[in-house]
Parts: sequence; structure tokens; C-alpha cells
Amino acid sequence: MKLTIKLFATLREGRGKILEDEYPADTTPKDILASLKIEEKDVAILLVNGVDGELDKPLNDGDTLSIFPPVGGG
Amino acid sequence: MYGYRGKILRINLDDKSIKKEDLNMEWAKAYLGGRGLATKYFYEEVDPMVDALSKENKLIIATGPLSGTPTPTGGRYMVITKSPLTDTIASSNSGGRWGAELKFAGYDMIILEGKSDTPVYIDIQDDQVEIKNADHLWGQVVSKTTELLNKEVGEKSKILTIGPAGEKLSRIASVMNDVDRAAGRSGVGAVMGSKNVKAISVRGTTKPEVHDKEALKEVVSTMNKQIKDNGVTGEGLPTYGTAVLVNIINELGAFPTNNFQTGVFDKAEEISGETLAEKYLVKRTGCYGCPIACGRHCKVDDLEAGGPEYETIWGFGADCGVSDLGNIIKANYWCNEMGLDTISASTTIAAGMELYQRGLIKDDELDGTPLEFGNSDAIIEWTKKMGLREGLGDKLAEGSYRLGESYGAADVSMAVKKQELPAYDPRGIQGQGLAYATSNRGGCHVRAYLISPEVLGLPEKLDRFELDGKPQWVKTFQDLTASIDSLGLCLFTSFAMGAGDYAAMYNPVAGTDHTADSILETGDRIWNIERLFNMKAGLKKEDDTLPKRLLKEALPEGGSKDRLALLDQMLPEYYQLRGWDESGVPTESKLKELGV
Ligand code: SF4
Repeated sequence: MKLTIKLFATLREGRGKILEDEYPADTTPKDILASLKIEEKDVAILLVNGVDGELDKPLNDGDTLSIFPPVGGG
Repeated sequence: MYGYRGKILRINLDDKSIKKEDLNMEWAKAYLGGRGLATKYFYEEVDPMVDALSKENKLIIATGPLSGTPTPTGGRYMVITKSPLTDTIASSNSGGRWGAELKFAGYDMIILEGKSDTPVYIDIQDDQVEIKNADHLWGQVVSKTTELLNKEVGEKSKILTIGPAGEKLSRIASVMNDVDRAAGRSGVGAVMGSKNVKAISVRGTTKPEVHDKEALKEVVSTMNKQIKDNGVTGEGLPTYGTAVLVNIINELGAFPTNNFQTGVFDKAEEISGETLAEKYLVKRTGCYGCPIACGRHCKVDDLEAGGPEYETIWGFGADCGVSDLGNIIKANYWCNEMGLDTISASTTIAAGMELYQRGLIKDDELDGTPLEFGNSDAIIEWTKKMGLREGLGDKLAEGSYRLGESYGAADVSMAVKKQELPAYDPRGIQGQGLAYATSNRGGCHVRAYLISPEVLGLPEKLDRFELDGKPQWVKTFQDLTASIDSLGLCLFTSFAMGAGDYAAMYNPVAGTDHTADSILETGDRIWNIERLFNMKAGLKKEDDTLPKRLLKEALPEGGSKDRLALLDQMLPEYYQLRGWDESGVPTESKLKELGV
């Protein structure tokens, strides 16, 4: 299935901004983090199509996963 | 005297008298300092029905007991007055160094009364205080005023000043200090302008005494470590400043775009914190005693200046449909030079763009710079004209509500209590909507920053669409924030600290025995006295609301698609938790319990 992975802030270093690729069915956000060598503790916000995602819930074809490190303050 | 300096400078501009008064320590016990204590003074001294731009209004500039002490972020001051924008109590907060310097000069607060018949500035050099002629400064922009004054009174003095916007009584004028720090909101700069006071320079050479130096040293080092170890204050804010929020809030579909017509800006990446860091950032800056240093210095073409912050990037950017970050940096610069609040100035331009879109503002009013969504020249041109009240800028200087009203379309104003909302669409972040609607100074995110739990997950992650429990969160955040403001610290410390930590810092400074509970209770007391003032100033339950668009028009796309702000389902519970009656009026028993 096709997924879009968007990375932000420091997570972009050495990985890029947007990755669009084919992934096996049932891929979870956890699998993606592992494939990108991002540690779970470095992830503060994880969104699937703009709403809070779950690490272990399989993604669907066409989903967008957005991953942020701890950042903030307005 | 510990923490406090115990002195107020009361300056009467009618008869040019300068008095040094003892600080009321009974009140300081109950209201801490800064925002709380100054509001207590204001409440006791000023008729809530006063016309905000008349000489009967007063302007209080207050530090907190922790300002100018070794506690992290102790550089802050607040401006308390009746707002000409909202007709509520105003309390605008600023960083930089000026606040600490006032403390070093030996004062906790300055109270300005009456009105000078000619432009003046006030020069403070420790116990020497003088009112001086400011004819030569009147009309000057902020950086020039600062430069001229530093030549006149000494390079070491810190300068607080208004720009042309404050002189011309713009209802969205700010008070500026240290060139590019702003007590931005609620038109406090217009009140200073209405008194014909251009600036206050201050130089101080003594530090406030501390009750227990050893204990303070220990707690400060613990707190600094806590700040360093926290992902937001230790890494996120220092690396990217506040602008890093652009992409986050946009991904949530809660990034107000084209005057809140949608919640997704398709060019967000071009104005993001990441792009700012890559293309324009020159250096990081910090306020007095701040280990976080979230400030930015940016360069575009031949212009190098402080900022911009997230809110400003959003306001001139997405809210005006503009993706040219270079021009946003320039518009921010002109806001600071004119002494305009960047949130209100940018969103008033956005409201003007919607009026143009609806055909209500016509081309012949626009001097060749159309107010079209996406026009990146318009944000610079109209900011300058707003500051000088030139052409349509005269109407823009009144803020979005009065601008819209003058075209029979006040509904273009995305404001609460006539103060423009900041950069988070409450349709996608429900608790923040309740915080906006109940804010004592109108549309504002820093009376209770629910973004912290609802988006960033601090101190714990809440579901941003859920309503359950949000009224309690809003109340707790409002109370805690009131105390942080009153102690004189920066709200950003609260990403890494809780109520107990603030008590732990205040106690060794002032010799008090506060606990987490008493810090929150003090915040509750401050919140209630502000509310009481607002009620006496004529505000009603109906004013605790949100713009109609947010209650009735669902977001059309993105991560918050089809959502509305569900305020009505939270407000009654909020009143109840506050101990207010159904009309939102504080009950006698609540006021008695708090000793208001
Ligand atoms: S966190 Fe930012 S705004 Fe707050 S005191 Fe530090 S530099 Fe100033």
C-alpha cells in the first residue's frame, strides 16, 4: 500500500521531509519508526491523517503519517 | 524586604508630581505581585466604567517578586490598565531586560495617572526620577526612540516606549521595550499615548534582597535542570523558537487560514519554523535570566531584526493567505517599529481582506495596494499605514471589530470581546475554545494555553476533540497562569514546571510558605478580581462567546474537518467550577472564601 510519511523539525536530519513509498499491508506506525531509526521516546506527536494515531494500529492505503519530536510554545 | 523592593513610583502627569509610596504588603501577600497585585491596585483606584482613553484611566507597569532575582526567566513586567480595545481589564506581559532593570532601580511598580499637556518621557536612575520633554521623540519609531534616548540618558539605561501607533491612539498599539519585546495586547500602548507619555528609561544598580540565598541557589539549579531535561524547553524552543508550531497546527487542520475560512494552509511549509531556521535565522536570543532563549533574530535583504514569533508568522502568513516568509519578517519588523500588536494588526488586515473579498471595501479606498488574500505587499504597506493612520489605515488602527462594524459586517472580526484571536482554531481544539471565550482580556491564548495538553501532551495528553474534563483543565490553567504572571516569570517555564515548583522558588526568595495549592488558590483570587472588574465595566455572560463562524460553520477540510467549537456544552460546568452563578457572576460566598 502507498503511505506518505511527513517528518518535522529535528527528525528531518538525515531523513528528509516527505517520504512517499509502498509498504506491506498491515504496516503500523511502530514499523515505520523502526525503519526510519526513530526512537519512540523522541516522538512527541504522531498523527494519522491529522488526528492522533496509535503506534500499533495498522495503517491503511493512502494514509499520511506525521511525526514530530517534542517542540512547542506559542 | 525580600523579593520585593517595597516601593511604588506614583507619577501624576497633571501636576507632574512624583511620589514614592510603600508597597501594600497585605495586598502583596494575597495577590503576589505583577498582574495580580497591580490589578488589585487598579480595582481599588479606578472606576471600571472609566473611558479607557480618558485621563481618569491609569496605567500600571508592574514587576513580580521574582523579577530581577536569579530564578529562571525573571525579566518580565506587565502593563495593567483598562483596555481601549476590549473595555475589560488589560494585562499585557513582556520579557527582555526592562522589567528586571526597574527592580534594580528599587521599584516594584509604576502608576501613571492623569495626562500631560505636552509629550514627555520619564527617566529613572535609581532614586533619581525626572519627567522630561519628549517633543523631539514624538513621531519617532521604536528603534529610533530607543537610540536617541540611550544617547541622552546613557547607554546602560533600558528603554520602554510606544511607537507612532500608540501616539495616534490605535486601539491595538503595544508598549515596546528593549527595541523588539512587546507588551503587545489589548491596546495598552494607546493608553500610554493618551497620557502623552512617550517612553520610560530606567537604570538600576541594586538587586532585590533574597530571604534564603542557599535554599534559592539549590532550587534554581534544580529548576534549570528540569528546564534543560524537558523536550520542549530544553530542545524544541531553543532550536526552533515558537515558529515550529506552524507545521504541527497545520497538520491538525487547526491552522486558521484566510481569516478562519479554513484550517489548512497549503503553503504552510514555506512559512514554517523549519524554513525560518534554514533561510533567515541569524541567531537565538533570550530575555533576562532565561535558560530557554526562544527568541529569534532574522535577516532578510538588508533588514535584520528580532522575531518573528509563531503567532506573527501565522497572522501575516496563513491568516492573510501569504506564503512569502521574507515579507512576513518585514511586516513583523514594521509592527515593532510602529508599536502595533502583531496578532491584532495582522488579523485586522486579514479581516480587511475578507471585507474586500465580500466587495465591501472597494478599490478606490486602497491606494493601489489591494487587500487581497495572498498579497504579500499588502501586509507590509497596510501595517505601515495602520501605524500612521493613513488612508484606510485609520480604520484598521481601530482593530478588526470596529473595522468590520464600520462596513456593517462586524462578523468578519475573529475576536472575543473585540480582541483578535490567535493562531489556533478552536473548532479543532475544544478546550482552547473555552479558554478563549472565558479569557478576562478577550481573545488570547496565554490566559490558559490548552495547546499544551491538547496538542503537545504536556503535562499529559488530552484528546483535542473531547469535551469531558476540559472546564477543569481550563480553570486550573487559568489559575496557574495568573500566578506565574504575578510572580514575574515567563509562562514558557510551565512546560517544565508545576504549581509546586513555583511555590518552591517563591518561598526562599520572599520567606513565604506557599504550596502548590496556595499558588493555585492565589491564581483563583486573581482571576476573580479581574472578572469582578469586567462585570462592573459592563461585561455580561453573552460576552463569553466565540465568533459566530466558529460556532456555526464547520471546518471544510483537513484533520479537523466537519468540526465546530462546542462551547455551549462546556461553559455551564466552567461557571460551576468557578463558583459563579448561571450568569457567570462570582457568588458572594466564592468571593468571601477567596477574600476578594
Ligand atoms: S522562554 Fe522566550 S519569552 Fe520566555 S523568558 Fe525565555 S526567551 Fe523570553
